[in-house]
Amino acid sequence: MMINILMVSLTCCAFLCLFRMARGPTASDRAVAMDILGIMIVAFGALMSVRTGKEFYLTSALVWSLLNFIGVLALSKFLEGRGFDD
Amino acid sequence: MRENIGFALMCFGVIFDAVGCVGLIRLPDLYNRLQASLKCVAMGTSLILLGTMVIAGLSPLSAKAFLCLLFILIISPTTEHALARASYIGGVKLWKKSIVDKFKEDIDKS
Repeated sequence: MMINILMVSLTCCAFLCLFRMARGPTASDRAVAMDILGIMIVAFGALMSVRTGKEFYLTSALVWSLLNFIGVLALSKFLEGRGFDD
Repeated sequence: MRENIGFALMCFGVIFDAVGCVGLIRLPDLYNRLQASLKCVAMGTSLILLGTMVIAGLSPLSAKAFLCLLFILIISPTTEHALARASYIGGVKLWKKSIVDKFKEDIDKS
């Protein structure tokens, strides 16, 4: 019962992130909101794995964190104004 | 007893996440937002994973939670640094009331 409350409040925080992603003035604001949303998805996977007792939610959270890292680094290189080659 | 400690850690983690997201909404500038929110959210997620480890005890789930915590602690400062540097070079302006800009002095010196 306790963990349901925690998951609902984490979902409300994710909606705040989506609000910033929708109306951020520049593209960098949207990149920051995407990074924070990715980290919060890892926390959601951990809560889900405690609630159900299954492991694969935490495994997918691990994979999600690495993919988020690669994605944000590529996006920041693009925002800097360079190509992907140099 | 162990479950109570784990749930208390998780509650603190969710509170930290909420404070970070409110900072993401309220602050005026990209760099202020980055400063306030990404550290809060990374530490809150680390507390949630620590609570998962305390609840699970010695098990494979606990080992995966520890690995995830290690990745979060390495990854989030790296992405913060890369995003701030890239958006400064890409031309995002500072807030008009900010008073010091060390990175511009560095660029001018070199």
